[in-house]
Amino acid sequence: MHIVVCTKHTPDSEAKMSVDASGKVSWGGSPLIINPWDEYAVEEALRLREAHGGKVTVISMGPPEAVEALKHAIAMGCDEAIRIWEDACVDSDTLATSYVLAKAIEKMGDVDLVLFGKSAIDSQTWQVGVAVARRLGLPALMYVIKIAALDPVQRTITVERLLEEGRQVVSAPLPAVVGTTKGINEPRYTSFMGIRKAARMEYPVWSLAQIGAEANKVGVAGSGVRWPHIFMPPVREGEAEIIQGETVEATVSLLVDKLLAEKVI
Amino acid sequence: MGNDIFVWVEQFRGQPVSVSYEAIGLARRLADAWGGRVTACLFGEEGIAPLAQEAISYGADRVLLAEDDTLADFRLEPQVALLAQAVREADPAVVLIGATFRGRELGPALAVELDTGCVADCTALDLEGEQLVATRPIYAGKLMCKCLVPERRPQIFTTRVRAFPKPEPDTTRRGEVVRVQPVLGEGDIAVKVTDFLEAIGGVSLADAAVIVAGGRGVGGPEGFAPLRELAQVLGAALGASRAAVDAGWIPYEHQVGQTGKTVSPDLYIACGISGAIQHQAGMRTSKVIVAINKDPEAPIFKLAHYGIVGDLFKVVPALTAALRARLG
Repeated sequence: MHIVVCTKHTPDSEAKMSVDASGKVSWGGSPLIINPWDEYAVEEALRLREAHGGKVTVISMGPPEAVEALKHAIAMGCDEAIRIWEDACVDSDTLATSYVLAKAIEKMGDVDLVLFGKSAIDSQTWQVGVAVARRLGLPALMYVIKIAALDPVQRTITVERLLEEGRQVVSAPLPAVVGTTKGINEPRYTSFMGIRKAARMEYPVWSLAQIGAEANKVGVAGSGVRWPHIFMPPVREGEAEIIQGETVEATVSLLVDKLLAEKVI
Repeated sequence: MGNDIFVWVEQFRGQPVSVSYEAIGLARRLADAWGGRVTACLFGEEGIAPLAQEAISYGADRVLLAEDDTLADFRLEPQVALLAQAVREADPAVVLIGATFRGRELGPALAVELDTGCVADCTALDLEGEQLVATRPIYAGKLMCKCLVPERRPQIFTTRVRAFPKPEPDTTRRGEVVRVQPVLGEGDIAVKVTDFLEAIGGVSLADAAVIVAGGRGVGGPEGFAPLRELAQVLGAALGASRAAVDAGWIPYEHQVGQTGKTVSPDLYIACGISGAIQHQAGMRTSKVIVAINKDPEAPIFKLAHYGIVGDLFKVVPALTAALRARLG
């Protein structure tokens, strides 16, 4: 089995985000980390390798800082890491990003399974995984909370995926693209040996020419969506109106009055 | 390119998904502003035809209706193939899709198919001059972003659940229903649905008007019992904080927050939830927030509109009893 995990780097989920007058986004002193959702994809890949053998390659389209995400995945136990980047990739939307990732996966040639986290905690589009699947012409199995069966000989996969009304159980042939979600596993911590390996590892960078990508399909030229303006949301002023009656019964009765007046019950 | 707007109408076993009608309402307002038609795309199993008239009553001028067993149990491949073909034929300016699990698959898949842009999870969509500008939350709502699809067509937007008002249906509205055939046969579809496991327990979080949620203060799995009773009286969905889910007290499907679901109900009652920034990210757009917590310093009181400082095991049952008495 050759399993590829696609990842990206994001500010820490605890980061205090801000935007300056020129529209530049800042995350204060917070570190750049692997997108937290991607840890579930890495963990699932490692478990599948432990069960079926093979190797796990982690890839990212991103600038030099993206190596932080790759390092974390290697420290968790992935075998190889590849970063894909050229300055032309700056400001790629999901259409362009999915093109680059699909081209890199095509170049590898022997991939059985491509794993994604459910979305990135920064841009939160939920789009790249499904878009890569469509570009590769592979089944897109998204929001997967359980890989119920995987048969590398028959080359089939069966998963349970989340929908609003419950879990849909679906089967598809390999290769396939799987989008993982929280609940599928409990991601492992990085090990001492893993961190040492990650620190010593070489992180090759593939250029657009190396993956056979056309420059006019990446970056701004290859994107459909632009995002000219990022701003802070309006903050709610003040604090809760604390409701306090003589007794618990009196207190809840006052609350019910308020909720009826608000017409929300 | 025309001025028309396409809306993909989502249904589950013949039950329409509310966000689709919210999107038709939005499409109607835009179409009226620039003089275009609204086409609803309704693709599903045999028996969904009655929803066509319903889509018209919410504001569609025309419905493309496909009834075929290959379109039962949402699968991406046949849905996107048919939607892409319909869009290529009619050349609409805009496609709107509800940002549900299914819609979040369909939007970007359609964008790849048509080599265009898809803006995810819009909470507002405004006409600025000739250009549609979407607003969407990023970084878990810590920041907002204006997005647009300046050149490519159609412009695809997925609309966040409950972000746009659902119009009042007008059953006297008349429209055209056009039958269309699926593009893919069963043999062309790689993914097979083998089973469906129903969600346990009542109202779905995503489109609930009222949510009762519990956190660390609930203390254990049995601590959710009084919350369930309150939810039942209110017809509410049951939510939970990450702390309660990670402790194994309640399944992940109930989690609200940055690593769970984003919800926007009319009323959110947070019980024993301290209100970490990650939890707030999932519920801060709720219309009215009530916090019940014994710690008066809990951050949730900074976000909530109404607060009760006290023991949730006393307050919640009293509230349930009061509502039962008052609402009948």
